[in-house]
Amino acid sequence: MSLIDNINKAFDHRIRLGIMSILMVNDYADFNMLKELLGATDGNLASHTKALEKVAYIKVEKQFIGRKPNTRYSASKLGKMEFKKHINALEKLIGK
Amino acid sequence: MESNKYLEDISEIKNMMSRSSRFISLSGLSGILAGVYALIGAYLAHGVLIEYPRTRNRTVGDEWLDFMFVEKLSLIAIGVMACAILTGMVLTLNKSKKSEEKIWNSTSKRLVLNFLIPFITGGAFCLVLIQYKIAWLVAPATLIFYGLACINASKYTFGDVRYMGMVFVILGLINTQFLGYGLYFWALGFGVCHIVYGTLMYFKYDRKQT
Repeated sequence: MSLIDNINKAFDHRIRLGIMSILMVNDYADFNMLKELLGATDGNLASHTKALEKVAYIKVEKQFIGRKPNTRYSASKLGKMEFKKHINALEKLIGK
Repeated sequence: MESNKYLEDISEIKNMMSRSSRFISLSGLSGILAGVYALIGAYLAHGVLIEYPRTRNRTVGDEWLDFMFVEKLSLIAIGVMACAILTGMVLTLNKSKKSEEKIWNSTSKRLVLNFLIPFITGGAFCLVLIQYKIAWLVAPATLIFYGLACINASKYTFGDVRYMGMVFVILGLINTQFLGYGLYFWALGFGVCHIVYGTLMYFKYDRKQT
């Protein structure tokens, strides 16, 4: 039972899993990269990043590249830790 | 039943991690063709070396002072490289079209950059060797630096490239002990090795696409 406790509801969506996965292996990913890799719409992606941002699992940086606004994300220490816990729990649960 | 969902989640995670950091549209076929071009180049180079008595007898000497000699060999090398790169780009573009992945994205840029750093360094170093007339180390040096470039780039594409890189490095190091046979090591490395690994990768990755 304690294994299920480590399954984090915050990651309970394919797109959120995807966002965290990408940010675990890349220092940064900008909005367009996430959108392209996950095949999500602007609004859809934005709502998931907001949710993850709200629990401080990811960090947002907004800047300008030339004149174009650019938003990029990175995983916070907390986010990485929680996601690792989540992955471990998943692996143990299927190992059973 | 739930373990199915967990399994799906895990594979989704692994898939996304790999897709976002590794460029997987690299074509194995381009490796095979690069090997073929290299063997052709080696054959042509052999023709050039035969013209000069010292290299025909596999000793190293003043040929390297002869500008035409160096120029001819360099032209062959550049020709082989150009053909290999062009073919590689065309085939890789082809392959990525099938998987609908944009070819020039952050993963491919990272791959190219990490390959080029040791590669260009090696190129510069070889020019220095030629400059100081230590040209008999050029063949081993090209093998070693190319191998290092592959090892470095393997983090951003198929991991198998790492092993190919190691083979090149080892070949290059062995070559330093058999200096007169530079061309054979060159043909073995850039020719045979590419063909072998290209074939392995073709059957491992390219086929699955269709």
